[in-house]
Amino acid sequence: MIPAAFEYHAPSTIAEATALLAKLGEDAKVLSGGQSLIPLMKLRLANPAHVVDINGIPGLSGIREGEGLLRIGALTRETELEESELLRTRYPLLHDTSKVIADPLVRNLATVGGNLAHGDPANDHPATMLALGAEIVAVGPKGERRMPIASFFTGPFETGLKPDEILVEIRVPTPPARSGGAYLKLERKVGDFATAAVAAQLTLSGDGTCAYVGIGLTNVGLTPIKATKAEAVLRGKAPDEAAIKRAAELAAEASEPAADLRGSIEYKRDLVRILTARALRRAAERAGR
Amino acid sequence: MHVNLTINGEQYEADVEPRLLLVHLLRDVLRLTGTHIGCDTTHCGACTILMDGRPVKSCTMFAVQARGKQLMTVEGLEQNAKLHPLQEGFMAEHGLQCGYCTPGMLMTSYAFLQKNPKPSEDDVRWAISGNLCRCTGYVNIVKAVQHAAAKIAQGGA
Repeated sequence: MIPAAFEYHAPSTIAEATALLAKLGEDAKVLSGGQSLIPLMKLRLANPAHVVDINGIPGLSGIREGEGLLRIGALTRETELEESELLRTRYPLLHDTSKVIADPLVRNLATVGGNLAHGDPANDHPATMLALGAEIVAVGPKGERRMPIASFFTGPFETGLKPDEILVEIRVPTPPARSGGAYLKLERKVGDFATAAVAAQLTLSGDGTCAYVGIGLTNVGLTPIKATKAEAVLRGKAPDEAAIKRAAELAAEASEPAADLRGSIEYKRDLVRILTARALRRAAERAGR
Repeated sequence: MHVNLTINGEQYEADVEPRLLLVHLLRDVLRLTGTHIGCDTTHCGACTILMDGRPVKSCTMFAVQARGKQLMTVEGLEQNAKLHPLQEGFMAEHGLQCGYCTPGMLMTSYAFLQKNPKPSEDDVRWAISGNLCRCTGYVNIVKAVQHAAAKIAQGGA
């Protein structure tokens, strides 16, 4: 399959890239890892007249921790997350997620920023970042802007990014001691989108109750879903079986899946319930319940 | 657009349209037809090549993105008329039936063995999980990769 013709731009600075985007407007698409955009262009579901390749811009990739934040450059490849010792030991939710995105070959090119900026409710990082309470950093011609992840996903394949802005960094608050997270995904085969997946992040207080609860749902709605009622019911309570069961039921209620080849609405909603309970149990174990 | 790149240690250049996919540059322009096009939808991995040492799907990259990069294709495995231990392993263990997925399997396994020279069966299965074999010959493919690992450990390459 051959994409429609386009003009290729390879800016070497963020300023150059945003100036191009401001000039080209809706006719331009940003090319990051390309693992979603290029298949869409080959299917002619996306036909941008201009492609702005940001891969040549230095400083957009890498994982750094400090001053209470984990900072992930937008161009960081999923493989880098998977291979990061820092993430494996201190951010298990991110490590879990990086291992189940698409397949190992795709992960060598796919980027964290692209996974979020694409706005696909079937992508995995949106749920993860919702659970972690991340912040999106974008740069446009007028400078830098920060957006909470909870309001970033505005519709199917739509985000809070403006056409002249580039997502440059994702900031995750460093979890305090006694925190843990887990990502559980059911997929028919490696490389398929999730039938459903659940991200859970917990922080336990000294008395064993939940000081922080984050729950994100993948591919069970038109946008990635933050299960706020499920989070609220668990906050301030010990993550015992009764509390986890109630949170799991509320997460299932928050899901709005569509029936497709992966399963019926009832099946997917029940899957959210099961996966939420398992993810919360694993998160609690990792937090040192 | 003019593209300069290194493939299997040799310099190549070509004038390409931006929409030309890397796999089409390799096969149709440079006539390196060892790399296969399978599903053409980023699922199967038959088109896997190494870019700067990492296995990637060449059907899901534009040729212009490879400018200045070091590529390795299946043609680069054989050295001085001697097959690479992976190629020998695929022969010895019957790691191919129709052979369509084989170039991708070889390139993914090549990169994998550099990172993990003594893999378990599970490790190999994990590594090749982005490469599909429609003949479902995975058992022998895994054996072939382990055969190569053992051969390389004995100083076979």
